[in-house]
Amino acid sequence: MTGSTGVLGALAAHLLGAGGLVLPHLNYSTILPELILLGGMLVILAASALSPRPLPTEVYATATVGLGIASLIASLVLWRDVTSHGAFTAIARSIDVDGFAVFFLVVVSCILIVAPMFAAGYLRREGITGCEYYVLALISGSGAMFMASANDLILIFLGLEILSIPLYVLAGLDHRREASGEAAMKYFVLGAFSSAIFVYGIALTYGATGSTNLAEIGAFLSRNVITSNGVLLGGLALLLVGFAFKVAAVPFHMWTPDVYQGAPTPATGFMAAMAKAGGFAALLRVFVSTFPTLRTSWQPVVWVLAILTLVLGAVVAIVQNDVKRMLAYSSINHAGFVLLGLEAATARGIAGSLYYVFVYSLLVLGSFAVVAAVGGNGDADHDISRYRGLGRRRPVLAVGFAILLLAQAGAPFTTGFFSKFYVVEAAVAAHSYALAVIAMGSAGVAAFFYLRVVFVMFSDVGIAGASDVSRGGGEIARAGAVAAEVREQDATLLGGAGASAVATLVAPAYVAAPELAPEGTPSEPEVSVSPWVTTGLVLCVGATLVFGIWPQPLVDFAHQATLIF
Amino acid sequence: MSVHASWYLTLAALLFTIGAVGLLVRRNVLVMFMCVELMLNAANLTFVTFARALDDIGGQVAVFFVLVVAAAEVVVGLGIIVAIFRRKVGATADDAHMLKG
Repeated sequence: MTGSTGVLGALAAHLLGAGGLVLPHLNYSTILPELILLGGMLVILAASALSPRPLPTEVYATATVGLGIASLIASLVLWRDVTSHGAFTAIARSIDVDGFAVFFLVVVSCILIVAPMFAAGYLRREGITGCEYYVLALISGSGAMFMASANDLILIFLGLEILSIPLYVLAGLDHRREASGEAAMKYFVLGAFSSAIFVYGIALTYGATGSTNLAEIGAFLSRNVITSNGVLLGGLALLLVGFAFKVAAVPFHMWTPDVYQGAPTPATGFMAAMAKAGGFAALLRVFVSTFPTLRTSWQPVVWVLAILTLVLGAVVAIVQNDVKRMLAYSSINHAGFVLLGLEAATARGIAGSLYYVFVYSLLVLGSFAVVAAVGGNGDADHDISRYRGLGRRRPVLAVGFAILLLAQAGAPFTTGFFSKFYVVEAAVAAHSYALAVIAMGSAGVAAFFYLRVVFVMFSDVGIAGASDVSRGGGEIARAGAVAAEVREQDATLLGGAGASAVATLVAPAYVAAPELAPEGTPSEPEVSVSPWVTTGLVLCVGATLVFGIWPQPLVDFAHQATLIF
Repeated sequence: MSVHASWYLTLAALLFTIGAVGLLVRRNVLVMFMCVELMLNAANLTFVTFARALDDIGGQVAVFFVLVVAAAEVVVGLGIIVAIFRRKVGATADDAHMLKG
């Protein structure tokens, strides 16, 4: 007892002796976007608890979109400050306000504007009431924002957890489906594992450099030439592993397909966009701006990660019959492309990565929204056979999905083309020729499985017959057959020959189909699309096309963001 | 008598390894959670040791953040476990095997 009072007394005396506790100056305007999201989240939560009748999900969706727009405006105001006054740090130097941070604030705001639109239609269809999705999405978004603007490893860790913990819950949102719960558990266990690794990495880095502040670590490393400090390199390696788990880089990707497949589809789209945005924001900042002096140590590791991620993501996606799972592997492939920019570690590479993350976020959100619509009630069946004839039944939806898929494949006149072009160009400029070639090869492989879905949507019988047969027979044989079929058409499709080419190519497959088609093919599933989803898709597809044809504004934005760093 | 910092660091590294191996080897989800806690506390021990060695308060403050986050994580994790295993007998990770491919 006396001991504890003695300690307290000494502590008080110490604080008073040092002139009292010095509180940092809190410049709230620098974290205004985060505060808008968190404040709005509390209001939504209170409104849902206090309202006498359950509010319809559209009310929450509207509020979330409004908050997204508000945080977008706040981010743009910060952008104006940064461009006119230059980058600065705030709140005891733990918050960085620079172009890089503001870029990700804008990306996160855009995700939060689009994601609720896709969720509203789905949640109504599935009868999931309540405000949970929106509240969790807002918390998660604020975490991603903190990760982007953090200037301290501890704040990055806090941001990472604020980002991740709501995502675990989102994965298990549909508690009536067993798969959803399983996805949540897998995500949680591996997410907690990666967080623990990440914290240990911070601890080792702190021990080696004497600070968790990124600026101080950078200053320490530029004062002292450290090339082979085991503690520091170990910390760096653990940090990289922690980030690699979050952004789903191979070999730390094993949770991704299961979680993406099991989670409710709008939650999948949201986590695919948000976790990658937050994860890459912190990954790029920590490695490029804080540890540039150790580049020779981490660059080869990132090189290996990038190659594994690019190749495995593309190759394994080919053999997937489940479109949701295929998109999960394709998102792994995309992570490889962003790593390309990190590996280059040049201003051009970082600008390419930033641009890629922005483009990817909207593409993946839109794609999963279509998957949610086609998946039908219960979110159970995402087999590629459900997409057969979608072009005839829902032409506009199918065309929208086709544009999103082609953009992911890197087709010209879409944002996807430029995003791939910039990171590969940066890799070439940094003399990573092997990596650039492998990236292009993986893009070619990836184009195949995107085009396969596009082809199934616009061909009524051909591939679908083959797909049904394969379910009984050997999966690989079918994949091979489809591969051969579609590969022939790749060139023509990409050449822009369009519908007539598809029609002529469908003909031979159609002839072969009747004897292949088994008895009792399931009747064509109904696909209903709510106006909310339509609005969101129009935004995603519109952005893909507009910035694909007129890329300059977005490219300039990414480029300027890396200049003010 | 003071114990050299390297002993604490070695202990922390050992605890971290035990936690990491345990998480990968054990099949009971609750034991897996405990392994995560072990890993986080190993990191905490490392923080405190370095804080003392460097004579810097920052490392000790970091421990508070890690503790709070660990508590929040466990709350969510146990919630997820309860939601899944309400209709099942045991909490074995291998029982959750719907998603694969």
